[in-house]
Amino acid sequence: MPLLALRDVDARYGQVQALRGVSLTVDEGEIVAMLGANGAGKTTTLRAISGTVRRSGTLELDGRSLARTGPEQAARLGVAHVPEGRGTFSELTVWENLRLGAHTRRGPLNDDFQRVLGYFPWLEGRRAQQAGTLSGGEQQMLALARALMQRPRLLLLDEPSLGLAPLVVAEIFRIVRELNEREGAAVLLVEQNARTSLSTAARAYVLEVGAVAYAGTSEELSERDSIRRSYLGY
Amino acid sequence: MSVRVDRSWIVPALLVAGCIGLVVGSLSSSLFAQQTLSGLANGGIYASLAVALVLIYRATEVINFSQGAIATFTTYIAWQLMDWGLTYWLAFACTLGIAFAGGIALELVAIRPVERRGNVLSVVIASIGLLILVEGAIGYIWGNDIKFMPAPFPAHIYRIGGVAFSRQDIATILIALASVFVLWLLFQFTKLGLAMRAAAVRPEAARLVGIRVSWMLSLGWGLAAMLGAVAGMMAAASPSVLLQPSMMDGILIYAFAAAVLGGLDSAAGAVVGALAIGVTLNLLGSYVSWVTPQLLLPAAFVLMLVVLLVKPSGLFGHTTVRKV
Repeated sequence: MPLLALRDVDARYGQVQALRGVSLTVDEGEIVAMLGANGAGKTTTLRAISGTVRRSGTLELDGRSLARTGPEQAARLGVAHVPEGRGTFSELTVWENLRLGAHTRRGPLNDDFQRVLGYFPWLEGRRAQQAGTLSGGEQQMLALARALMQRPRLLLLDEPSLGLAPLVVAEIFRIVRELNEREGAAVLLVEQNARTSLSTAARAYVLEVGAVAYAGTSEELSERDSIRRSYLGY
Repeated sequence: MSVRVDRSWIVPALLVAGCIGLVVGSLSSSLFAQQTLSGLANGGIYASLAVALVLIYRATEVINFSQGAIATFTTYIAWQLMDWGLTYWLAFACTLGIAFAGGIALELVAIRPVERRGNVLSVVIASIGLLILVEGAIGYIWGNDIKFMPAPFPAHIYRIGGVAFSRQDIATILIALASVFVLWLLFQFTKLGLAMRAAAVRPEAARLVGIRVSWMLSLGWGLAAMLGAVAGMMAAASPSVLLQPSMMDGILIYAFAAAVLGGLDSAAGAVVGALAIGVTLNLLGSYVSWVTPQLLLPAAFVLMLVVLLVKPSGLFGHTTVRKV
């Protein structure tokens, strides 16, 4: 049984239908990428999973229906959604951001903090810094660190590379792979940079106007001419 | 390219200058010292109510016009409990509990349904409706005549170097500041407080980490009602304020002016603003012969207007930057 299963999921913003019958699965411990043009429904798919947009259809996490749960309950069930750009509480300190990541759990956080420091050692010296004063790349890493404090089973990443320098992007993807290997969290990744995401993910879905147009392993998709031309640019 | 002049030193400098002025004045005149202290006591009452306003403003960007009426209502509850025979401090504690529960209930019943369907403006209008409704309810339940609140402290005067300080004034300042301090501890050092702050600044992101944002808003109303109850009971204990349905109407204006002066989204700013307004108005009233008590409320309005025109973010508020 897959960890996450979506069957015929529709979503709408007011009158505008953003998803039309999207079906996809993510297995335990797997990295899956979502590709597609702007407005194809990638972000909406993530929002449908975490419950931040009105949706219908079948959504299951580990066989449990998510259809009636809001984002608060999804977080408690192990879904960590790092939204595009605004992944951090910029008005709060780095340490407060990390504590918020573990909001759904009781007890001391020191073990989790040490674990997070293993990936992001620079956070130690910046605990008291206001998150909004970090650089863009640091804020994205803080958002990842906060998601990690949540001990997620499924990590939803929305455009983690947006607006960041290539070296920082490479570092973030290295960390995402490491997180996936060491923590065993499954990752559903939305990314403009198709080449990077296909090299990170085992499988990918291509969305077009709110529906899945292609699905396959990363190799299959990178060999398809139409996808190469549309998304990989060669 | 424009050269940015750093003006961040002006506010602290003004405050320090004001404090020095008060200390020097108090040392040279005992009347000045007494008037400063009772100004601070008034300021303490404004501060509790102003922080209550800030609490709700930060979470929802709404000015709760019913805050004063709710405070008056809870003060009547305290009066009723004492009338039934409870001691002052037992009634005080019970009233805080009732205010907390009542604030939450009001948010659930009167505010949340409006917020879900409307916008910020409809919530503001709903809060004005609540103001009228609550004051009407007070008159209906307890009548419109003045009630006499037992004094929490026996009349007592402390004499320090020839200056007489009333115990009532000192206690009012201490209780108001203590309640604001406890609230600060809650927000700064507890998991619940952190969740409430997160829910206020980034509701969407807060929901994604599992915070029940709507519940945090209800809690905010509960805490604000508690602070209002403190303000109401301190006001009713003051010799210059009478317990009647409109008791907090004027105080709400001062508290609003204090919150605006401090910068609406800053609790510390609201406290400083409230103390400054309390002292300034009291000194004006006692030293400037043509400033009659009737002029003090308009003075607060003028101050509010000037702040909103000259520095809308107030002394301590954050400047809102809108990106287009």
